[in-house]
Amino acid sequence: MSWLTHTSAGYSIALALLFAVAAGLVGSFGLMKRMLLAGDVVSHLALPGFGLAFLLKINPLIGAATTLFLGTLLIWQLQKKTGLATENVIGVVFAAALGIGAAITPSDDLIEALFGKNHATSLFGFLLGALAVVFIIASIWKLRDRLVLTLFSPEVATATGVNVNRVNLYFLLLFSLTILVGLRFMGALLAGSLIILPAAIGRRLANNKMSHFLIASSVASAISVGIGLLLNAVVPKFGPGPSIVMIAALLFGISLSKGVRRVGV
Amino acid sequence: MHELAKTILSVKDLTVNLDGRGIISGLSFELHEGEMLAIIGPNGAGKTVLLRTLLHMLPYQGEIRWMEGARIGYVPQRVAADRQLPLSANDLLNAKARFLKLSEADIGRATSLTNLTPELLNANMGVLSGGQFQKVLIAVALLGQPNVILFDEPTASLDELTEERVYELLHRLKEESGITVVLVSHDLSVVYRYATMVLCIGKGKPCFGPPKEVLTPEALEALYSAPPKYYQHLADHHGL
Repeated sequence: MSWLTHTSAGYSIALALLFAVAAGLVGSFGLMKRMLLAGDVVSHLALPGFGLAFLLKINPLIGAATTLFLGTLLIWQLQKKTGLATENVIGVVFAAALGIGAAITPSDDLIEALFGKNHATSLFGFLLGALAVVFIIASIWKLRDRLVLTLFSPEVATATGVNVNRVNLYFLLLFSLTILVGLRFMGALLAGSLIILPAAIGRRLANNKMSHFLIASSVASAISVGIGLLLNAVVPKFGPGPSIVMIAALLFGISLSKGVRRVGV
Repeated sequence: MHELAKTILSVKDLTVNLDGRGIISGLSFELHEGEMLAIIGPNGAGKTVLLRTLLHMLPYQGEIRWMEGARIGYVPQRVAADRQLPLSANDLLNAKARFLKLSEADIGRATSLTNLTPELLNANMGVLSGGQFQKVLIAVALLGQPNVILFDEPTASLDELTEERVYELLHRLKEESGITVVLVSHDLSVVYRYATMVLCIGKGKPCFGPPKEVLTPEALEALYSAPPKYYQHLADHHGL
């Protein structure tokens, strides 16, 4: 049964598009915080959860959410206690999660866990996902000033009165929540890519203003998802995740044709 | 000045260890409103560590006490963000203003003090020259009318003329607004010209006091493990 002919395909498409907007926003701040690759890696934290859920025969998303958030808290603590860069810490936790996940996930389910699948979405599933996306977007909007100050200079942010540690934790949690929403159709291996690619496109297209960058990333993300799902409807064997990533990569290629704009001052 | 001015910062027996290595040991000093304190010392002496500790960003033993109502501005030596990002000075100033619930007039005051034009404010920070970028950092620090500013080597990457302008601005702020300045600098001529107090950290015991009392040739030689090249000239110039 193809993606678009399914009765609940509308919910799935709407949720995927909402996820795209959230991924574009989170990815923009991830790029500015130099932790874009973390998106790719954090998504792997879901793998052991998928494996456990398959073994225990519970909803895979519950298992994925549990290990994703436990892993995120572990990264935050290690970062705080060891003083290592976020990327170092994430690298260590990622390797462990991937190893454990691959070992305990039944091989039949591993491909689905890694690359996502054409899932039907119930009304409840849609509402829950939409609520998560609204929460992510509202939180990023509320945190945006603290995020900008923190990513620019933690010292300037601290002197201003921003609790830098807390902002870093909130952002990591929002990052993980975004990935969790995308896991269903993008899979653990590709969910992070929708955080990376649209932000990279947005950066190419935007010039001076941060607001332009945020809008460009979110629009690029939504276009990738929209056209990617259409491609998947035409060629279902690609799967939604790979189709979306291919379109996003194509858009990035097109964005490279835009020359670097220098503004004289 | 000390008897009349309030103590804005009091540091007692401060010790900072990072990764098991002692960076600062048993440091005590007091800073009064309106003073300009220069922190000097060789590379790796812990000057930036001291500034970050004063902001309570690093674990420490001892006591750091800021006066109640102290509003701190910080000018970093380097920024964490990639300067080529689609980020303008306006984005940064607006973020701080919104966080502190400040008005457009407050932003205008900070930008006019630093002579930042609308063109500079709207430009991508990646295209600003070193001097222009430094002005943006100072404007961000001045936003919110701080009564103390911490400068971490503010002119490290600037040419001599721009460096001079930055120090003139600092000096003007101190004179006109009575702002207290803590300045990390490698440039002893700047220290002699503008600082009212000097704190030297590095090998041996920290020293603290007015420049002409603290910066003896012997103390500088002990601090930098080399004889001071400019001391005599500067001493003559300033009639020390």
